[in-house]
Amino acid sequence: MTLPFFILSVLTIVGAAAALTLRNLVHCVLALMLAFVGLAGLYLQLDAQFLGFAQILVYIGAVAILIVFAILLTRGVASPLESIVSPSWSISGIVSVVVFGVMAWAIRSSVAVRHSIPPQPEVTVKQIGHALMSGFALPLEVIGLLLTAALVGAVTIAMQDKREIK
Amino acid sequence: MTSLACYLLVSALLFSIGLAGALTRRNAILVLVGIELMLNAANLNFIAFWRYGPNPEALTGIMFAIFAIGIAAAEAAVGLALIISIYRHYKTTNLDQIKSMRG
Repeated sequence: MTLPFFILSVLTIVGAAAALTLRNLVHCVLALMLAFVGLAGLYLQLDAQFLGFAQILVYIGAVAILIVFAILLTRGVASPLESIVSPSWSISGIVSVVVFGVMAWAIRSSVAVRHSIPPQPEVTVKQIGHALMSGFALPLEVIGLLLTAALVGAVTIAMQDKREIK
Repeated sequence: MTSLACYLLVSALLFSIGLAGALTRRNAILVLVGIELMLNAANLNFIAFWRYGPNPEALTGIMFAIFAIGIAAAEAAVGLALIISIYRHYKTTNLDQIKSMRG
């Protein structure tokens, strides 16, 4: 385990844990951004430069801002006075711990993780673009259609009903 | 060099934190945040397996992660629009108080 990996993973885990435990929702989103930065750093550690920068652009630039807007539109800025967790939180906690335990056990006992790291691949943005335009052209078109449909649907759902305004 | 198991353990921990958050928090927006964290944990797994796999030149792992990021963005947009629409109806985002689909 190298030092950059350790720092980035601690940043990610602490950010994620803070995002789901803090009371103030805006602080939660700031912690979430920290977790996304850590994940982008982990992608860079894994030699996936394009994906690291795409992560920063999409998650920190778009998704986090979208969540901030949703919080401000739903007046969630003030910290709630009542409990922030649902009454059945202990069962949910046990379920999550069990899930982590099973996954950690599977990872520790797997033979697939014993591979040594292959030499650093030469992956340029140009290659990714070629692959997207040749072999992955159909999925690219489908995801373009999906994004268009999702954004039109989001606007339609969130649009104020005319009867409500009157 | 960091081993594959370290990345997978970080990813598993991130997934469990996201799952715990999505199951326990009362605010609908934070449930969505938990789901985003779980999707990100899956992405980290894709990239780690791609990097440690036998032929990283195939680019399949990167492509899968790119499409997963796109789908997560679409999901966040629709989910937040739904939360805003529900808030307009019930004047709350507390999931315990939203009891019926048709008020």
